Amino acid sequence: MEDILGKKGAEILVDALIQEGVDIIFGYPGGQAIPIFDALYDEKRIKVVLTRHEQAAAHAADGYARATGKTGVCIATSGPGATNLVTGIATAYLDSIPMVAITGQVPTPYLGTDAFQEADMVGISRPITKHNFLVKDIKEFPIILKQAFYIAHSGRPGPVLIDIPSDISRGILEDYSYPKEISIRSYKPTVYGHPKQIEKAAELIKNAQKPVIFAGGGVISSNASQELFELVTKLNAPITLTLMGLGAFPGEHPLFIGMPGMHGSKTANMALQQADVIISIGARFDDRVTGHVGSFAPKAKIIHIDIDPATISKIVRVDIPVVGDAKNILKELNKILPIREGSEWNKQIEQWKNGSLFTYRNSEKVIKPQFVIETLYKLTKDKDIVITTDVGQHQMWTAQYYRFLKPRTFISSGGMGTMGYGMPAAMGASLGLGYKQVVSVSGDGSIQMNIQELATISINKIPVKIIIINNTYLGMVRQWQEMFWNKRYSSTCLRGGTLCIECKGPSHCKKKYIPDFIKLAESYNIPSFRAEKPQDVERVLLEGLKIEGPALMEFIVAPEENVFPMVPAGKSLDQVMEEL
Amino acid sequence: MNTRTISVLVENHSGTLSRISGLFSSRGYNIASLTVGETEDPTVSRMTIVVEGDDQIIEQVIKQLNKLIDVIKVIDLKDLPVIEREFILIRVDTGKNNRHEIIELADLFGAKVVYVGSSSITFELSAPCDKINDFISLIRPYGIKELIRTGKVAMAQTKK
Repeated sequence: MEDILGKKGAEILVDALIQEGVDIIFGYPGGQAIPIFDALYDEKRIKVVLTRHEQAAAHAADGYARATGKTGVCIATSGPGATNLVTGIATAYLDSIPMVAITGQVPTPYLGTDAFQEADMVGISRPITKHNFLVKDIKEFPIILKQAFYIAHSGRPGPVLIDIPSDISRGILEDYSYPKEISIRSYKPTVYGHPKQIEKAAELIKNAQKPVIFAGGGVISSNASQELFELVTKLNAPITLTLMGLGAFPGEHPLFIGMPGMHGSKTANMALQQADVIISIGARFDDRVTGHVGSFAPKAKIIHIDIDPATISKIVRVDIPVVGDAKNILKELNKILPIREGSEWNKQIEQWKNGSLFTYRNSEKVIKPQFVIETLYKLTKDKDIVITTDVGQHQMWTAQYYRFLKPRTFISSGGMGTMGYGMPAAMGASLGLGYKQVVSVSGDGSIQMNIQELATISINKIPVKIIIINNTYLGMVRQWQEMFWNKRYSSTCLRGGTLCIECKGPSHCKKKYIPDFIKLAESYNIPSFRAEKPQDVERVLLEGLKIEGPALMEFIVAPEENVFPMVPAGKSLDQVMEEL
Repeated sequence: MNTRTISVLVENHSGTLSRISGLFSSRGYNIASLTVGETEDPTVSRMTIVVEGDDQIIEQVIKQLNKLIDVIKVIDLKDLPVIEREFILIRVDTGKNNRHEIIELADLFGAKVVYVGSSSITFELSAPCDKINDFISLIRPYGIKELIRTGKVAMAQTKK
């Protein structure tokens, strides 16, 4: 072969990945991505994990990012490969997760011709990315790569997509060098809070009688848990964490009052409704948190600390906004805040709490899903493990009954609510943490949305412990149908689907559940265990957790168990239903 | 409905316009008019956007515009002394005997004749938007055959 001066586009990409400190990427090849995968073939510094579906590659990159704090990278080919990434990119976007998604594209002369496997990815991904690029000139490629990583992880993090036509990845750039510094004139995130705003916030906090600290995922992405801990303990004030914020403050601490919102603790919701000052940190007042916005926290003045100015007063009117990075702002705030003594307010909180944040009625006959999570917590709380979930009832039970003690130990699709997220995210998290044990809690519905990843887990011997809470239903939808749609279980039973004419309920059903998850796991060469009685729960968990490598544990649970407490959609937070 | 004029400096890239228009469409906000063109710096374009909506919507629009990576600067022209112009081409039916009357009316507004046909006259007019609106409403009874408006361009009287 003759000597080629300069570097091929695909080699530039690989070099950029190394310069950005990327050690693992998740991907799936295809025609227009072959040059990229070819360049990765001999690169030993980057581990390429071949998933079994592009969606899983995106979720794995996302799980990697959430577990490590680094930017996750996924790669797919053009057309269907790229569109399969879409759900994963949108999931990362809604939860502000740093990710770079790389897609192959048809060569530039073919753009817009409906060429084979062509999809307008820049157009498709525009509303679900923080920014995106189509590389049309190889000269721009190094700077685009540098910008992509910078944009993905700075400010409010988010996914960035780079669409690379194959004539660019095959093309050659002479005198290539990767930019060391980057400055984008139109993008300068505010990192330090305005001192005047911080002072105003401190003044309001000093005079608060009923303060509540309300923190979200921003605390985790800013690595501000320590500063948050100092703030909470200094103020001696109750703290509620959104779903995205779980782990940012130790879940066993007496000042922790659980998650707020639709399936939040009564204590957290009452506290928000009665508070006179709410200190919101890196949370965005999602509708699942606020309930009916008009009646949210009616007595409270709100301090909103957020890195994204567009979040301020987007949903709830804020009294004192402080724009900037949570860690910096909390540091400054902690410096000027005095220690607060406990008060009547703290007693009121304890009264609401009444010993526990969440309760359920256990049974000796059937396995209660909450019992599985409680037992899992009991067995793993000292083991420093990471938990991922899918979406639905099992996700809420995990959020309620597992007490997350450290940041980045709870990984779940919060904003997007993506079923099929949990298992691929667990793969990414485990690999990112050097083959650390990760427990993926799923429902029997969610797990089937990316079940093909059992192959990726098995082949790569990733120690993902898959827990399936099998209630034979799409449980969360079934719960809504039971509560608000006259028990018309339309298309939510996974035994019968829509085929049963006269359903007398799950206890009379003779239909076999399909698939048999135990046999399925066997075919993927993954050890599997099933518990059908409450007495088996602990044994099955112990067996699954103790073996090396992956394991699958299925729990046959009470089919019609509901998630409580519940604030029905559109109701105010004090209108809590605690049972049916 | 309230309208507000916002001046936006953006990177002169392909795709920037679709990011801006997408920002409006995905939130259900209405654009009354949008103009775009190169500035004194060829790498920068200026958009003049007239937005419909209440104060809260306008506030969100400005924040979301600022959030876009390609947006360099957003200038809310609400409380500034502003120079604004819009340009129109308008073809008016002259009927049998209306030609003189129409030309007289156009003269009052400073509209110039750009084409005279057998039964129509075409004018051009560059003026502040409300003056344009007045002209159009006065000319309408004669019969407007075709009307093209560029949308508003605006700048603050002194550079901010």
